[in-house]
Amino acid sequence: MTAQAASTQALLSIRDLRVSYGPTEVVHGISLDVFPGEIVSLIGSNGAGKTTLLRSLYGVPRAKSGSIIFAGEDLSQVPTHQVAKRGLSLVPEGRRIFSGMSVLENLKIGQTSRADPAGAEEDLEWIYQMFPRLKERSAQRAGTLSGGEQQMLAIGRSLMARPRLLLLDEPSLGLAPLVVRSIFETLRTVAAQGMTIFLVEQNAHQALRLAHRAYVLSTGRISLEGPGQELLKNPEVKAAYLGGH
Amino acid sequence: MYVLGQQLVNGLVLGATYGLIAVGYTMVYGIIGMINFAHGDVYMLSAYLTAIALAVLSYWGLHSPWLLIVISLLFAMALTSLIGVVIERLAYRPLRKANRLAPLISAIGVSLILQNYVQLSQGARNQGVPTLIDGAFRFGNEQHFFQVTYNQLLIVVVAFFSMLGLNLLVSYTALGRACRATQQDREMAQILGIPADRVIAAVFAMGAAMAAVAGVLITLNYGSFDFSIGFVTGIKAFTAAVLGGIGSLPGAMLGGILLGLAESLFSGFVNSDYKDVFAFALLVSILIFRPSGLLGKPVVEKV
Ligand SMILES: Nc1ncnc2c1ncn2[C@@H]1O[C@H](COP(=O)(O)OP(=O)(O)OP(=O)(O)O)[C@@H](O)[C@H]1O
Ligand SMILES: [Mg+2]
Repeated sequence: MTAQAASTQALLSIRDLRVSYGPTEVVHGISLDVFPGEIVSLIGSNGAGKTTLLRSLYGVPRAKSGSIIFAGEDLSQVPTHQVAKRGLSLVPEGRRIFSGMSVLENLKIGQTSRADPAGAEEDLEWIYQMFPRLKERSAQRAGTLSGGEQQMLAIGRSLMARPRLLLLDEPSLGLAPLVVRSIFETLRTVAAQGMTIFLVEQNAHQALRLAHRAYVLSTGRISLEGPGQELLKNPEVKAAYLGGH
Repeated sequence: MYVLGQQLVNGLVLGATYGLIAVGYTMVYGIIGMINFAHGDVYMLSAYLTAIALAVLSYWGLHSPWLLIVISLLFAMALTSLIGVVIERLAYRPLRKANRLAPLISAIGVSLILQNYVQLSQGARNQGVPTLIDGAFRFGNEQHFFQVTYNQLLIVVVAFFSMLGLNLLVSYTALGRACRATQQDREMAQILGIPADRVIAAVFAMGAAMAAVAGVLITLNYGSFDFSIGFVTGIKAFTAAVLGGIGSLPGAMLGGILLGLAESLFSGFVNSDYKDVFAFALLVSILIFRPSGLLGKPVVEKV
């Protein structure tokens, strides 16, 4: 346990979480913590259960057992549409922007769960500053954006909620290295302004470099955890997730 | 020439009412992917609600036609919205996770219940309401003319502003955005905090309210109705929705106008006894040759 763990209360604290699809258990008892102000990454290969873990925070699917404590409250029975109000916001795998709506409308959908609707204008400016592309294309149909722009939009949409915890599921998926780098740069900026981030990735290199702490998920179990920089040097991680570099 | 003019006027008026009802089919289909076969009967109920409102109001001594129309409209819209929401809650929501046939059968059941309830409680015979507005604009000379009655003008004007209002609501308000988001990706909408169940209920309310606008206007125009009017009118409005592209709001409006015009021209120039058959034949041919309708997206085959 880090010094931080001893002094502060975790923002998100997952204990012995088990999740299954029908009879097939996919997440076999995971425990992890995310502390306020941290960037925590979770890396794992295809089918390890990363998306399942994130989605179970929203009850789709519901956890079979274990607890999901967010800011002192157990989320495991909260209805899907009420989770966002508690202060979580998910940038989902595959982005899932509303392609028939304009960029601006997508961002406005994001503000649905804000605690302070009055601050939305200001945050819109903040997001437009981070992603000038979105500002230029604010009236454009979101479905016509490039992949990278759609990912920016998905992140912007989540930030419009002013969440206490930003969850990201493979934001690098299908994007060119240059675009990935710029997206991770933005995450760093957002984190520097005090946002807590929990990032799930297959792109272990980028994710570990960004993270304060990281977990490795192998077929539904946490196999390793530690500071991001340390895991980057870990021989097991190098062999399995960093392609031996 | 004058016959053509008259049939075009009649067609436009008829089409406007089809469009108002078609909106309910298309919005419900858009958001939960089911055909609400009880929608025509919600329209039928609004005819009875109009009669009730008019009777009560004139009993209270209210005789200004404009006030009567406005209050009947608001009364019928409010009550049918409520009925629409209750139908969704009781008959469709519990079946949301069932296979696609179950809600369809449930809808047919609701339709039968509404018809039978009205038949038993109000009687099977024709009911009527008094004429509130008389008169017409005439175009032409003594022998040859076509006319637009004030009632017809009222229908077109009110239908136009109702459609405009609905379009503005769907395009520019938070509720409208929530509807469209829920329609495209319900789960993602919920993850972002949109209460999808409430949004779906709101869509039923909006669709029912638009059907009530049509119901009040048609009732005031024709004066008579019975418990079974929802069936044929409902299927025609459904045809209009399919013609325009089911799921598309502008499509429903366009489909309504086109169907109204087509039906009116057919009955004016070909045969008025077969106008319903004509509408059904049109429905069947659209389903065969262009199931996505005029403004709908091509139907993607799901495997
Ligand atoms: N809806 C579902 N129904 C049944 N099984 C599922 C479902 N979704 C995922 N699974 C299974 O659960 C396991 C974990 O999937 P999950 O999507 O969580 O993995 P992941 O770590 O996110 O993988 P990836 O990196 O490819 O996104 C896989 O074996 C997958 O086949
Ligand atoms: Mg995944």
